[in-house]
Amino acid sequence: MPIYKVLAKSIREFKTPSIKAPVYVSFEVVMECIIPFIIAMLVNQIKAGGEFGVIARYGLVLVIMAALSLTFGTLAGMSCATASSGFARNLRKDLFYRIQTYSFENIDKFSTSSLVTRMTTDVSNVQNAYMMIIRTAIRCPLMLVFSFAMAFIMGGKMAFIFLFVTPLLGIGLYLVIRKTIPLFRKVFRKYDALNNSIQENVAGMRVVKSYVREDYEKEKFERAAEDVCGDFTRAEKILAINSPLMQFCLYTVMIFVLYFGSYTIITSRGLDLDVGQFSALLTYSFQILSSLMMLSMVFVMITIAGESAHRIVEVLDEESTMKSPEGGLTLVKDGTVDFEHVSFKYSKEAERMALEGIDLHIKSGETIGIIGGTGASKSSLIQLISRLYDTTEGVVKVGGADVREYDLEALRNQVAVVLQKNVLFSGTIKENLRWGNKDASDEELEEVCMLAQADEFISRFPEKYNTRIEQGGTNVSGGQKQRLCIARALLKKPKILILDDSTSAVDTKTDALIRKALREYIPETTKIIIAQRTASVEDADRIIVMEGGTVLAIGTHQELLAGNEVYRDVYVSQNKAGEQNEE
Amino acid sequence: MKNNRIVKKGVLKRLIKIMFEFYPVMLPIVVVCIIFNAVISSIPSIFMQNIIALVERSWQNGDWQSVAGRIGGFVLLLTVCYILSLAASFAYNRMMAVITQGSLKKLRVKMFRGMQDLPIRYFDSNNHGDIMSYYTNDIDTLRQMISQSIPQLMMSGIVVTTLFCIMMYYSIWMTFVVLLGVVIMYQVTKKVGGGSAKYFLRQQVALGRVEGFVEEIMNGQKVVKVFCHEEESKSEFDRINDSLFSDAERANKYANTLGPILNNIGNMLYVVVALTGGFFLLAKVPNMSFSGLAFSISIVVPFLNMTRQFAGNINQVSQQINAVVMGLAGASRVFELIDEEPEPDEGSVTLVNAREVDGEIVECAERTNMWAWKYPHGDGSVTYTKLAGDVRMEDVDFGYVLDKTILHDISLYAEPGQKIAFVGATGAGKTTITNLINRFYDIAEGEIHYDGININKIKKADLRHSLGIVLQDTNLFTGTVMENIRYGKLDASDEECSEAAKLAGAHDFITRLPQGYETLLSGNGANLSQGQRQLLAIARAAVADPPAMILDEATSSIDTRTEAIVQRGMDALMKGRTVFVIAHRLSTVKNSDVIMVLDQGSIAERGSHEQLIAQRGKYYQLYTGAFELE
Repeated sequence: MPIYKVLAKSIREFKTPSIKAPVYVSFEVVMECIIPFIIAMLVNQIKAGGEFGVIARYGLVLVIMAALSLTFGTLAGMSCATASSGFARNLRKDLFYRIQTYSFENIDKFSTSSLVTRMTTDVSNVQNAYMMIIRTAIRCPLMLVFSFAMAFIMGGKMAFIFLFVTPLLGIGLYLVIRKTIPLFRKVFRKYDALNNSIQENVAGMRVVKSYVREDYEKEKFERAAEDVCGDFTRAEKILAINSPLMQFCLYTVMIFVLYFGSYTIITSRGLDLDVGQFSALLTYSFQILSSLMMLSMVFVMITIAGESAHRIVEVLDEESTMKSPEGGLTLVKDGTVDFEHVSFKYSKEAERMALEGIDLHIKSGETIGIIGGTGASKSSLIQLISRLYDTTEGVVKVGGADVREYDLEALRNQVAVVLQKNVLFSGTIKENLRWGNKDASDEELEEVCMLAQADEFISRFPEKYNTRIEQGGTNVSGGQKQRLCIARALLKKPKILILDDSTSAVDTKTDALIRKALREYIPETTKIIIAQRTASVEDADRIIVMEGGTVLAIGTHQELLAGNEVYRDVYVSQNKAGEQNEE
Repeated sequence: MKNNRIVKKGVLKRLIKIMFEFYPVMLPIVVVCIIFNAVISSIPSIFMQNIIALVERSWQNGDWQSVAGRIGGFVLLLTVCYILSLAASFAYNRMMAVITQGSLKKLRVKMFRGMQDLPIRYFDSNNHGDIMSYYTNDIDTLRQMISQSIPQLMMSGIVVTTLFCIMMYYSIWMTFVVLLGVVIMYQVTKKVGGGSAKYFLRQQVALGRVEGFVEEIMNGQKVVKVFCHEEESKSEFDRINDSLFSDAERANKYANTLGPILNNIGNMLYVVVALTGGFFLLAKVPNMSFSGLAFSISIVVPFLNMTRQFAGNINQVSQQINAVVMGLAGASRVFELIDEEPEPDEGSVTLVNAREVDGEIVECAERTNMWAWKYPHGDGSVTYTKLAGDVRMEDVDFGYVLDKTILHDISLYAEPGQKIAFVGATGAGKTTITNLINRFYDIAEGEIHYDGININKIKKADLRHSLGIVLQDTNLFTGTVMENIRYGKLDASDEECSEAAKLAGAHDFITRLPQGYETLLSGNGANLSQGQRQLLAIARAAVADPPAMILDEATSSIDTRTEAIVQRGMDALMKGRTVFVIAHRLSTVKNSDVIMVLDQGSIAERGSHEQLIAQRGKYYQLYTGAFELE
């Protein structure tokens, strides 16, 4: 589908003002073209020493015209404002809603900052272009046509000068546009990169300062800024020809009209042309040329906005790679999990499988620990269970049924995952917790916080559960954040609870207390725990050792300690000194 | 969020002053050109008036020959005026393109340079999105103001003044009529234009809110999915989006109607002037003017033209109001960043390469494996102290904000070559101590000595050169893997970089990347895992080869087996140098010479792992999992 068609879908309830605006504009243009005509007659009356009554009558007509023009102009401006702001609102809304349908795979494709830019700067660019289109893009050609017609009506042969000057300006403007647009396109890309590097710099200021790279960064930035500035200047310099070019054409017309106009008036004794028409001709020449000029500006704006439009459509066109099945299962029977010959890679293009040949059967209510090095694909494995990604080959079953048969929301509410890269949102602790269940009572909130060992520190905050969490949860410690995230997940009362390295910042004692609470209070729930520390999984029913996307071994702590080298290595590296001490 | 959009006093003056500083020659030329162009573009009215007067006199007799010469002369003069005006216009438009972009660049560079010198406190206490908007939104608002509004305002101001003079020259009465119209236009502009400016500023604030919300949600989009929270975030977004819409709609309504309103007031003014002119002609009202000319059609017609021009210029000025108000608000913020107080540095002791000659330390240019502190004294003499890595803190108190002390009475010593570990719960003050050693923050009470020198006396750059630091949150920069490692030592060869990567245990995964060391990283190494990013950060520190090193949770995302490999490499690298290690994972700190247990800003215990275990104190409890520090 072409870009404009995708975008046009977002106009919706603002169709009326979008149509009204150009209609009003057309009326306004008609008035604006008639006004000089009347003015010419008025001038002639004054010049001919006509009666004051006649002059006043023309004056009255003019005032009425001006009042009409004002009314239409104001109406046009207003509908245009509503239409363009409304269009922008709908675009932002459609973008946001579309992104909400994205699967994890879709989300991986776009960076946060690029999505933010698309929803703000890009939409603003398109909004401005839209305003231009429904207002100026209609206004200019109309104005051009009307002014031409009027000029011929009034000036007769004199108007032929426009046939000469207008194409001249047209060609000039065309050349300017053709030269600048590619330059602008290029420079906007560089400009984005420049801002991106500032962003990195601000975020990495500690690194910059600790390596004492301030001067290096300054120079690097200055070079990049210089480069951007050079390109911008080149483009703007070409664009700067526009205004003198327009003036040149206007002046040519003026000189021509003045000289030959005078000649025509005098030699024809005012028959072919009179003084009133003479000055009207000058007005029309101004209108014609400035319309052309505006038109060229509109072209530049639309082309620049074209880039933005393209980026917006990229998001709108991105189909979610995962759809919830129609009438899918809504109840997860129990907490069993089965992996049957599962292989998985993150994208079709990826060369390497993240998981390969996984066969795994977890009983309902079992506690499973997962241990493995960096890049062992532990997270990939558990993300398949709540269908955050789809398998490439093989089937994942939950409660005996293929995860693809479940209604997505039902599945994810009954299989709770505490992600490794977890976030809290700005708002109170209560509001954050209620993400797990928006109808939860205060008692329920306290209960899950007890389980997650969060109740104690929350009650030490002056505002307790109403304490505000800053954006990104920067005002609570890493360990506190993790415990809040666990509590939030527990609130779902899930059949399966997955903790992806969710207690890494929690001290061992608290970690043990959380596991104890989970064991005692939600025994029927299947618990899958990814951990770095063997201590976190020692008491699990079974421990899975992963390496390079495959399951290396499964067994209890004792079995693995005896039979698996990798597990033993990890255990020893964490406990060596302790054992020595116990000797 | 600090999202103030207000125009501060004196901003315009300062902006103009700074632009003159940037372009001391070109800008005055531009000003001259604009004035010249403006004056010249008001003159044609005079020639036109003259030509029309001639036509007026002779159109009835049809005698072209008698006036052809004089009309031709006027047209020629007019042509000369136009050519001059064109030349001026061409020149200043092109120069203005250079000045606009150049000024923006220079402001940007000034901001960036200033920013590099700001203390870490600034970045810790300001929202990063907010800092970014100085460079994007605020600078962008200046573009239109500098390139269009300011020349337009100047131009229109001069044209209006010139026209006013010419009008007075022709007829004072008629000029009064025009002035009456101007007063009305001014009032309308003030009301409608003021409303427009107000809502445009509000729109900027609303846009900032949308940006903040979208950023937060997009950042946590996966969490939104996991909790099926899409509907709730949609409705919250709708609320913010709708409020932006209402501000934007109002702002644009005001802005869009101002033009037609002024334009048609201009038209009506035209009628009034015409009627007055006609009335004066008919009633033969005696003219009052500086020229002494009597009322005639040859005065009224150009007067009408001037009225149009007059109104047109006022209209154009009014169209720039939004750009000016937003530009000035932007400039206010830009100056706010430029005016931030830079990080003070009163130190004079520097770090130099040195070698030992007959027991004396001698400064040398090339990189030796020995560093020395160069201490210039008040009397001009210089002493050298060998850099050893002896760090002592004496009775240090510190708090990030006044009256809220985080560290109490900290005294500690790290002897050269020792590996010192800090253990304690989050918030115990581990990271704070390292922030103080490299002077990201300055202490309130007490002293810190590095090799016996008070760190206040050491130049900050040299102090930081002597300390490598690897942080938990890794920041990589857009560029290749190789470039990122080389950040630690800009003149390092490829071999040095890959050696460092091997030491850090990063070499293996790097060679498995699609383009190896030449793989392009972007978005803070988004294509790498957190553990891999940490390995790269360690390689970057390793290539810097610093005399002392701080590892702040540097291996927290690396699994313990890989960590053991990294540790061996680091131990080899740091042999004989002082290392500070912060970790909550006890396996990371176990082999340290000294472990300090921090509890709520104080040192609770101190000793080696064996000693502390034997003490059966807090560390022992922590280690055996029987105690929680929080």
